[in-house]
Amino acid sequence: MTGPDPRDELATHIPALRAFAISLTRNVTEADDLVQEAILKAWGNFDKFLLGTDLRAWLFTILRNTFYSARRKTRREVADPDGLHAAQLVTQPAHDGRLAMADFTRAFDQLSPEHREVLILVGANGYSYEEAAQMMGVATGTAKSRANRARARLCELLGLAEGETVLIPSSSSGAAAPGMGPQAA
Amino acid sequence: MAEDKSTQKGRDATAEGLRRDIDENLKRVFEASLDPEIPDRFKDLLAQLKARGGTR
Repeated sequence: MTGPDPRDELATHIPALRAFAISLTRNVTEADDLVQEAILKAWGNFDKFLLGTDLRAWLFTILRNTFYSARRKTRREVADPDGLHAAQLVTQPAHDGRLAMADFTRAFDQLSPEHREVLILVGANGYSYEEAAQMMGVATGTAKSRANRARARLCELLGLAEGETVLIPSSSSGAAAPGMGPQAA
Repeated sequence: MAEDKSTQKGRDATAEGLRRDIDENLKRVFEASLDPEIPDRFKDLLAQLKARGGTR
């Protein structure tokens, strides 16, 4: 065997795995437990990883599968793919044409896990609908419509109308990062 | 009707701009949430797994 062992690259993906896990669980402790479980699963299945393919995508897939199978078992959350329940809890932020990162994050947290997931894959990580669909185990069309519904829902939660400036200032990234989800108390 | 079509086009362009902005925000928030520091529990876990793999 030649070439680098993908196992050696696993550590470089841990920050992204943790961020993805936080956005799915919205809980830092739960997120790290999920990452640990995903690492263990990945390690035991590295013979199934195709060398030369996207290791992060493979790890993301294992992580999200672990998340959903645990969720199915415990059923801690009511199935609510469109975030209808969460919608009742929302208060729309008042914004003056500019969007604060904290408001954006708060609205993101109100989305259903399915919507958060597709936005993290397609929006934040730039995976194509086709790639995201493979990772989520759905058809490409489903991934696309889910992403569009998730974006629409996010705009609705933010009280955004068409034509508004919705870019959060890039200077706010970095310092005082609220993270994708609530921080552990 | 031509007018309806151009209105629709304008709406699609706005929607496309909004989509791009949303995705850009998602990128910024996700990147801001990345913690480059790897917690000890994961360093230890990887070290353990590596050690176990080596003895096989």
